[in-house]
Formats: sequence, C-alpha cells, structure tokens
Amino acid sequence: MADLQDLYQEAILDHFRKPRNFHKLEHSNRQADGHNPLCGDKLGIYLLIENGTIQDIGFAGSGCAISIASASMMTESLKGKTEAEAKTIYDNFILLITHHPFAQSHPDDMGKLTVFSSVRDYPVRVKCATLAWHTLRAALECKQETVSTE
Amino acid sequence: MTGSKDRKSPKSRIAYDVNKIREDFPIFREPLNGRSLIYLDNAATTQKPQAIIDAITAFYSNNCASVHRGIHFLSQRATESFENSREKVRCFINAASLKEIVFVRGTTEGINLVAQAYGRAHVGPGDEILISVMEHHSNIVPWQLLCDEKRAHLRVVQINPSGEFVFEQYANLLGPKTRLVAVTYVSNSLGTINPVREIIKLAHRQGVPVLIDGAQAVPHMPIDVQELDCDFFVFSGHKMYGPNGIGVLYGKEHLLDAMPPYQGGGDMISSVSIEKTLYRELPHKFEAGTPDIAGAIGLGAAINYIENIGADTISKYEQELLSYGTSALETIDNLRIIGKAKEKAGVISFIIEGVHPHDIGTILDSEGIAIRAGHQCAQPVMDFYGISATARASLGLYNTREDIEALLRGLRKIKEVFH
Repeated sequence: MADLQDLYQEAILDHFRKPRNFHKLEHSNRQADGHNPLCGDKLGIYLLIENGTIQDIGFAGSGCAISIASASMMTESLKGKTEAEAKTIYDNFILLITHHPFAQSHPDDMGKLTVFSSVRDYPVRVKCATLAWHTLRAALECKQETVSTE
Repeated sequence: MTGSKDRKSPKSRIAYDVNKIREDFPIFREPLNGRSLIYLDNAATTQKPQAIIDAITAFYSNNCASVHRGIHFLSQRATESFENSREKVRCFINAASLKEIVFVRGTTEGINLVAQAYGRAHVGPGDEILISVMEHHSNIVPWQLLCDEKRAHLRVVQINPSGEFVFEQYANLLGPKTRLVAVTYVSNSLGTINPVREIIKLAHRQGVPVLIDGAQAVPHMPIDVQELDCDFFVFSGHKMYGPNGIGVLYGKEHLLDAMPPYQGGGDMISSVSIEKTLYRELPHKFEAGTPDIAGAIGLGAAINYIENIGADTISKYEQELLSYGTSALETIDNLRIIGKAKEKAGVISFIIEGVHPHDIGTILDSEGIAIRAGHQCAQPVMDFYGISATARASLGLYNTREDIEALLRGLRKIKEVFH
C-alpha cells in the first residue's frame, strides 16, 4: 500500500502553504486557464516570454495541496528556461507521474520535481498534479498559433 | 390493484442489530487493501447484501430468458419474476396501480423521460420549469435541455445559509407560466429533507404537477407516493442496496397515459406497420427494448431486504447515527459542516480550513475510509457557499458509531499531515 508520507512530502506541503510565484503577471504575453471539472479546481498560468525564453511566470487559482504545490514548483523550475526546454520538462514531468517506475523511458534528473513521483501510486490524484502543466502547455501552444498568425 | 397500505412490516420487533446486518454484506467480511473497510460513500452508491447478489446470480444461473414474448417455460418464469418485482416496487412506494411503475436505468433516465415525454408536450415558449438550487445535476440538465429547445425558462428556488429550501420564494416563483416543479426530496450534497408535501400541495393549488427526485430519500425513509400526492417520483436501485442500471419512474396513471412514448423499439408496441404503430398499454409503453431483467429482480430483492428490517427502523437508526456523527465532527478544529438544515438525512458534508477536500479524501482513504470529495454533482450548491468542493460522509444502514470514530481519527490525522 502506498505510503501517505511519500505523497505529502515536506516540500509539497511547503509549496502548498507558501506557493511561489503565486500571482498574475500584469505584463504577461501568454496565458491560459486550466480547470479540473471533477473537483472544480481552477488555475491560471501567466508567462512572459521574450526571445524564446521564459523571463517570468506566475499562477493564480485554487486547488488541493498537490495541484497548488505542482503549479508552484513548476513555476520555479521554468523560470529562465527556453520554450524548448520547458516542453522537455513538461514531457518528463508527465512521464514521471504517469509511468511505472521501471519503465525504460523513466526520466531522471528531474531535480526537485521528483517529489511528485509518488503521485503515480494515487491514480485519482494524477489530474491534480498535472493541471498546472496541461495549462502551461496550452499557454505555450497558444503562442505558436499567435506566431503563425503574425 | 388497490393501493392499500399493506407494507407495515413487522417493525421494531427486536433492537437494531447492526453487526448482524453487516454480516449480510460480503464486502465487510474480508479486509480490503489490508484494512477493514469504513464505507461512508453511500450517497454515491451502497454496498450490496448477499441476498441481492444471490437473486441476480439465480436469475442468470437458472431463469435466464427474455420477458413478455417467449412462448417457452423459461421465458414465462422470467416474466413472472420480472413482473413480480414491479409489484414489489408498487407496494414499496404504495402506488395505486402497476401501470404507474416504469422500469428505467436510474433516476437520471427517469427524469429525462419526464422532461422529454411530458415536458416536450406541455412546455412551450415563455413557459417556466421550477427547480431548486440544491438539485443534483441530473435534475438540472434535462430541464435546461428542454428549456433550450422550447425557449422556456428555468426558475430556481434558492436555499438559506443552513441549506434549506426558501419556501416563500418558491411561493412567489410559482406562477401562471409554471408548467412543472421538479425538486429533490433529500439533497445529495447537503442532506436537507425538503418539505415536499407542502411544495406539492402549493403547486397543485395552481394545477402544476410535481416531480420528486427520490434517489436520496428511498434508502433512508418510508415512501408513500399516494400520501405525498406527487405526480412523478424517480429513484435508483443502486442507492438502496440494489443493483446498478435499474431504477423506477412512478407517474400518476392519467399523466403517463397521456404522454407520448420516450423511446421506440421492441416490447413497447402492440402492432407495427410501416403506416402506423400502436403502442402497448402502461407501463410497457415506456419500456422499449429488452429490459434489465436481472436488475429488476435484484431491485425486488433489495426491497425485500429493506422491508425485512423495516424502512421506519432504518430511518430511526440512521437519524441517531447522523446526529452522533454531526456532533462528533463538530469537535474537529476548523471543520465546518456545509448544510445544517433542521431536517436532514444520511449526509454530512464538510470542509476543513486550509485543507482541500481532495486531500481530505486521500488521507482518509489511506486509513481505509471511503468518502466522496468534490462538487457532489451539485455545482450550484458549491457556488452558493462560495466553495469549489466539499468532503462528504454519507450513511447507510450498516454504518456504526465505530465508523464515525474511525472517521474522527482519520480527520485528526489530517491535522498531523497538514500541521
């Protein structure tokens, strides 16, 4: 049976209690809203991207400890990263929490984000952990559309 | 068929022996995931006693055939069991006639049937359907679909901060344009028991029919549709210890009779030609296709099970447990009960400051305690309280004070995790 302590690790509780970058960005140029209709959680992700690099990132909304901590740590891990790097981190994060630990493509070197690896033992909570990330992807993809329009 | 009230079962013969009742349920016999199960998600679905499982197994093992049109022995026996269940349902809710008992898939389908078959014939542009804000989504969305199609309006009776139906507002909203009132007997998210007798009486004074969503009422209290004088009453088998996929629509005979069919197909016709089809008499007119025969038989067994204990006896036991549980939960710091109506049944919804209901649900689950966390399929209720979700403990006839105490220990553990 999965151990509760693995899910609610101190780092996760810390980010839940004191979420980082927990604010809207007034100067953002990308934005997307995420919604988990099953539980009513709502998150907005705000990005300032200049020359292909995430200069600033923030989020706002409400959710459970897993979704808020995931959003908070995501913003920390992405600041200063290029869009391509952000997409790689996104892919690795999704793998991390959905894949079996012995799967070949199991990503390593996820840094602090590995605290979320035990979410895969709680299948109903996977959506909580991925809400911010799916919203991030929507924000990033929205940019591509804008670019193609211009 | 007369509507005599012949179901006053031999109630209160003995003291309520909850441990003996628990033995009837296989799920409680063995540890689940290494723990004994504390099941407090009964408003979502109830566990099944052995007698129901056996009835379904017996049908598939020994009596499996289609109903109503087989010439062979097996089909006649299946038909007899199926129709015998209809009679059990009639008796259980004290309907006047078997013609008024329509088997459906569940409460949701029952409401959709009324919205489509009755609603489309009686609701036009500018007309109004009256519901309450505490309805389950299944008693909101079918009416929205109807109103969209007919350019009619959905009017909504609000609740007070305790989660009680605001009757004065209801009296004001009930007007010459109201074509139907559809309200829940017991709120699935708050536990509120609505004053349905008064609601029905007032509507009838204006000639407006009333549909009662009985899904959360049937497992917790005796039901008498003639005494209520409701026009439609719907409920599900799986919330009253019966199988999934079977439910009942009760409708007054003259209303059902005047309604067009809901679905077309086999079993609901008396003759079909390309030019003209004649429909069967009630209730078969509303039962197109091969029905859920095993489900109906299982539902009949669930009714037997409830009647053997006695609906009054169950109600009394659960009321004591509800009041014990409510007082117990109120001792937890920062816990707020959502829904404090004077009249409640079966449900304790709550939130804990600083802890999301999903986290409450996961931590309780790690202790073997099953509750529901989420919007409870009642988002307008969540909006009313300005929250996105609640945690909900809901009671069944097999729950005990020990279950409540386990819940308390689990809730204290939340404090340890989120210190």
